[in-house]
Amino acid sequence: MRTFPRVALATLLLALVLAAWQGVASLDSVDDLTLASPAETATALSDDWSLLMDNAWVTLEEVLLGLAIAVVAGAVLAVAMHLWQPLRDAAYPLLIASQAIPIVVLAPIFVLAFDYGMGPKLAIVALICFFPITVNVLDGLRSTPAELLKLMRSLGASRLQTLRKVELPAALPSFFTGLRVAASVSVIGAVFGEWAGADEGLGRLVLLANNQLQTPRAYAGIVLLTLMAVALFALATIADRLLCPWNREEAKA
Amino acid sequence: MQVHPEAPVQEPRPVQRSEIALDGVERRFGRRSTVVALRGLDLRVEAGEVLAVVGPSGCGKSTLLELVAGLQQPDAGSVSVTGATAYMPQRDLLLPWRDALGNAALALECQGLGRRDARERAGALFARFGLAEFERARPSELSGGMRQRVAFLRTLLPGRPVLLLDEPFGALDSITRTSMQGWLAGALAAEPRTVLLVTHDVEEAVLLADRVAVLSPRPGRVVAELDVRLARPRRRRDALGDPAFVELVRRALDVLAVGA
Ligand SMILES: Nc1ncnc2c1ncn2[C@@H]1O[C@H](COP(=O)(O)OP(=O)(O)O)[C@@H](O)[C@H]1O
Ligand SMILES: [Mg+2]
Repeated sequence: MRTFPRVALATLLLALVLAAWQGVASLDSVDDLTLASPAETATALSDDWSLLMDNAWVTLEEVLLGLAIAVVAGAVLAVAMHLWQPLRDAAYPLLIASQAIPIVVLAPIFVLAFDYGMGPKLAIVALICFFPITVNVLDGLRSTPAELLKLMRSLGASRLQTLRKVELPAALPSFFTGLRVAASVSVIGAVFGEWAGADEGLGRLVLLANNQLQTPRAYAGIVLLTLMAVALFALATIADRLLCPWNREEAKA
Repeated sequence: MQVHPEAPVQEPRPVQRSEIALDGVERRFGRRSTVVALRGLDLRVEAGEVLAVVGPSGCGKSTLLELVAGLQQPDAGSVSVTGATAYMPQRDLLLPWRDALGNAALALECQGLGRRDARERAGALFARFGLAEFERARPSELSGGMRQRVAFLRTLLPGRPVLLLDEPFGALDSITRTSMQGWLAGALAAEPRTVLLVTHDVEEAVLLADRVAVLSPRPGRVVAELDVRLARPRRRRDALGDPAFVELVRRALDVLAVGA
């Protein structure tokens, strides 16, 4: 894999975007309050660093806990659906329906039903992340090669042994695919949750700064939220490579 | 003893018991069972005997082994097997996330042994299988011959008396195949088992077996049985110079050519 040209190209693209952004923001016809330039955003990042960090931790906590709930609940449901056909048939439509619910509308209802605290945010993050994880784990479990299942039968393995020793490991790469998707949408979930009602968090800070016409601070918050999502995605990718090295070896072979 | 549900009520067994007995076996596949893989197949394997089954590809050899292994049921006829079977599938089917030792140990884990004990017992045999130093290697790091030996070890570890081998050397290059054939012949001489060996290589069949059954093209049934009255184990380079061996190979090839 030629890593260097890829990194160089990505850096170049980022630089071009930043330059264009700076160029547009510097135009006389563009009001400073509508569009902050990269330079102003950078200044806000350093001036408001501790304020931003305090709120970033809150959001990160919501995201990580929500993700954890989604991983556990999604994996358990997927395994249950895999082992028990009636549950699979019954739960699949509900699973799809859960994705049709517009989260933006659901968020304020959750906040109303619970409170301003952590609860509703976790629920929303988990609800968004739950679907990709469940669907991918289920898919991974079901696509275990039939030959391997036959082999396990010939070795006299029990249903549970086959699940533990063959189906679950075989589904691990699919799980990580789901986790990557979940990681990249989890931050959006936390922001929706905070917009519906919160007294701390990056999403709330961005909304507040926007209302108070502190545009550079709002931009700084958005940059941090983006970095958070990208970092989570990267972590899921690294975990995938560390825990499923065979997946890449096989693809190469 | 293991009798498949379709087997008729057991009559008193003859004195010389067959370990494996197939009578009038039929197996169909496809929508509305239009593909007849096997029809009217009769086959017996005695205890301690090595029987090789040869036949053109697609004639139902793998199906035959899966029937004997109890992984499929016949649509007609009966399959009865005395003693537990150890089935080695056509592809090595090593788990890519386990190392070589873990793959061999899988068979013991399925019998309820703990992971560590299973690895220990499998590890004790690694040197004898020519796998020393490769315990921690992943399947992708092993050569074809070594992968096959790991699969062999996995098949043999549970100590089941009846071996069912599906083209065990089919995927190997000819040099590796020759050395693996020699290795299997030696292993069977050291520790006799009842073996049903499927292959599409007539020379391999005559080299390794006491008896060779030739199958017809699909639907497969036994069209000829050849007795190989030569002492085992046989070495390939000796056998190739033995007129009796060459004659048997020629006869088997003739039967195959007529059937095709
Ligand atoms: N599960 C299956 N479904 C449908 N057809 C099958 C199945 N298994 C085997 N067959 C068919 O039965 C025939 C015999 O297959 P197989 O036993 O694999 O042959 P061989 O091992 O001799 O090459 C082939 O025509 C194959 O297409
Ligand atoms: Mg076959």
